[in-house]
Amino acid sequence: MAQHLKSSSKSILLNILRHNIGFSSPSHASRHLRHNLPHGPLSTRLAPNLITRYCNTMVDTLSSIGSHEDTNSQVMDFPGGKLAFTPEIHFISESNEERVPCYRVLDDNGQQLTNSRFIPVSKEIAVKMYSDMVTLQMMDNIFYEAQRQGRLSFYATAFGEEAINIASAAALSPDDVIFPQYREPGVLLWRGFTLQEFANQCFGNKSDYGKGRQMPVHYGSNKLNYFTVSATIATQLPNAVGAAYSLKMDEKDACAVTFFGDGGSSEGDFHAALNFAAVMEAPVLFICRNNGWAISTPTSDQFRSDGVVVKGRAYGIRSIRVDGNDALAMYSAVHEAREMAIREHRPILIEALTYRVGHHSTSDDSTRYRSADEIEWWNKARNPLSRFRTWVESNGWWSDEAESDLRSKIKKEMLEAIRVAEKTEKPNLNHMFSDVYDVPPLNLREQELLVRQAIKSHPQDYPSDVPL
Amino acid sequence: MAARIHGGAATALSTFNPKKLVAPSRTNLPAAARSSKRCIVAGGGSDASKKSLSVRHSQKLIANAAVATKAETSATTGTGHELLLFEALQEGLEEEMDRDPHVCVMGEDVGHYGGSYKVTKGLADKFGDLRVLDTPICENAFTGMGIGAAMTGLRPVIEGMNMGFLLLAFNQISNNCGMLHYTSGGQFTIPVVIRGPGGVGRQLGAEHSQRLESYFQSIPGIQMVACSTPYNAKGLMKAAIRSENPVILFEHVLLYNLKEKIPDEEYICNLEEAEMVRPGEHITILTYSRMRYHVMQAAKTLVNKGYDPEVIDIRSLKPFDLYTIGNSVKKTHRVLIVEECMRTGGIGASLTAAINENFHDYLDAPVMCLSSQDVPTPYAGTLEEWTVVQPAQIVTAVEQLCQ
Repeated sequence: MAQHLKSSSKSILLNILRHNIGFSSPSHASRHLRHNLPHGPLSTRLAPNLITRYCNTMVDTLSSIGSHEDTNSQVMDFPGGKLAFTPEIHFISESNEERVPCYRVLDDNGQQLTNSRFIPVSKEIAVKMYSDMVTLQMMDNIFYEAQRQGRLSFYATAFGEEAINIASAAALSPDDVIFPQYREPGVLLWRGFTLQEFANQCFGNKSDYGKGRQMPVHYGSNKLNYFTVSATIATQLPNAVGAAYSLKMDEKDACAVTFFGDGGSSEGDFHAALNFAAVMEAPVLFICRNNGWAISTPTSDQFRSDGVVVKGRAYGIRSIRVDGNDALAMYSAVHEAREMAIREHRPILIEALTYRVGHHSTSDDSTRYRSADEIEWWNKARNPLSRFRTWVESNGWWSDEAESDLRSKIKKEMLEAIRVAEKTEKPNLNHMFSDVYDVPPLNLREQELLVRQAIKSHPQDYPSDVPL
Repeated sequence: MAARIHGGAATALSTFNPKKLVAPSRTNLPAAARSSKRCIVAGGGSDASKKSLSVRHSQKLIANAAVATKAETSATTGTGHELLLFEALQEGLEEEMDRDPHVCVMGEDVGHYGGSYKVTKGLADKFGDLRVLDTPICENAFTGMGIGAAMTGLRPVIEGMNMGFLLLAFNQISNNCGMLHYTSGGQFTIPVVIRGPGGVGRQLGAEHSQRLESYFQSIPGIQMVACSTPYNAKGLMKAAIRSENPVILFEHVLLYNLKEKIPDEEYICNLEEAEMVRPGEHITILTYSRMRYHVMQAAKTLVNKGYDPEVIDIRSLKPFDLYTIGNSVKKTHRVLIVEECMRTGGIGASLTAAINENFHDYLDAPVMCLSSQDVPTPYAGTLEEWTVVQPAQIVTAVEQLCQ
């Protein structure tokens, strides 16, 4: 092709100035024409596949370009690919006229919508899903009360988000690695973390896998592929992309899944992680729990876009908006997303709409910034548990008796778990210094000796339940 | 991270009993080979594979020349090959990537471009563009990505195009990289290496002349090392990749073209050990990275004036090798620290504190620290030269201390 492009014929004409105020520049696609002269001689020789080249104002020859007569089918060629011209000044609107619709399967009362499409769920799965939702709710209730009674230092509930927690976990495989924010203990619960194990972490005793180093609800289990909660908002998103990259390198049939809230979507890490995931073609699910509140900040003060789902497109990511309080919809959405992510090596963004019924944490009193009526309404009328229960019962898979049996069993288990956890010894003092590195270095060993020395001289100031 | 090797141990110095310094079991090595340019592996764990690694490598102990100035090489008496520092880094990285398929590289322009300082040159062609990954521009994101990948089994080497850019990655480095091994109760390890060029270059401007070791030194859970010669660059790179802890490897923009002959055999440098550059009797000069060369230049002048300085390249910035340093202080009783960090809150400041705390009784003079001023690095060449400690100032300081 380069042969007939001698210096005199290097410029190929484009129908630009006749119709456009714009001006094209040398194409990146045709590097061999790099030394194009802006005002070179006319060319009548056209290389067949070259479309855009430097323009010349000679209009007559433009007809020889062939199909480029119609304004709107002209093409521009910039780094990033070809695109069409427009002679109109047209700003893309800041939002669509209609908000992105939300996928749901069950109506507000738990009746299956007539034309709903969803992945069927077996009795076993459905019953386990519902039971785990009940367990999660009760666990939250009892731990919250324990904190109020002074037995726990801190707690954060997931009230209102049980469907997101459990249904998403149910749709994933045990090999999928989870990078949680802090309001997703249900995923651990689904995978088999026991109430005792939850209690151990909350009480920071020696059976805690975290060795008592973190505050309550900062669970982690490498066995269950649930990465330890790091309190910083949205830092887990790039971590998840890295994990997805690792899974992709190993060609595993698994994906990375990460959760965050509406507030987390404002952090820089959110944007960077989505961008990276798209560029790396990493199999990662980004699940946003849009529960309306970031402590006291409502979503109207958090972003001005139509929620979080529209942000996916900005990064080239397939996205969906789901009714987060609809367990079946969550299940189907996550199931489909996972398939796509692994099969096609792409990230998926899921915005699950829900409501944070509880306070942000035990350090928050949300009635100070929202009405108690609003909270109550979401707690009662739009409760994800009752909706799903209606559907499960309609299949004959649940009953009042099963409900009360389950609830009393869990209550008993929880109270026992707390009792045991409270009594269990705390981790040894040496665990303050271990795991900072793989092996404690000299300066830490010295510092531990100093601490022990101080304890020896002031034993009355040292807590009696921490073994030395 | 235990430095429990063949004589390379940096034993603890009890702050309660400084006089009771325990002599190390360095009996295996002749005095002449007491240079820390030994080939030692930091194999600390009870992991069986690590143990065999130590055994294998201890058999490759090479005794090197005890004294090395800038001109001399650290090569063995046998054959070796000459290369530049950035090539040594690349060689180390390539060897580790050959050895372990989990090692990967991520950063800006590290792939087909070969890295802005050519440290990753050729690696993308050899290992593919997934294993040598070009990332979009977001330091926090690709550092976070490296951390997530490390927690899932890979061993990423994360490159910051310039150390200064890693300020954007501070959140991930501090909160996730340094902490997650601890807060997860040891369930997740983060064997990343974070590396890049830093320090004052030639008119790179204030933003690109930063000394990040000052800012990172407080983060618990990370290790920091600074390379200064092709020999230790390759050795530290390999050791850092093999370490289970997150390691930050500080390179210097102006040292990439240093040439040296390094051994053909495989070797590793101990991450926690300081390097004895020039033994002496009169004064201990502690330095690292580029300042080592300014110190050695000053040493020439000092020797002519009749002084006998002991020059130690501390190499391990976190933790300090207080064993080597302590022995030196006990010998010379005078300490001069020469660093490129700013005066406030730099490595020198911490080192001064550590020496005062641990070796106060052995000092005949206050510890002196020569650092850069607390100013952003000026662009003007003449001014830039004067923010960095120059050999003349080092000579003056030594003369002052040795009065």
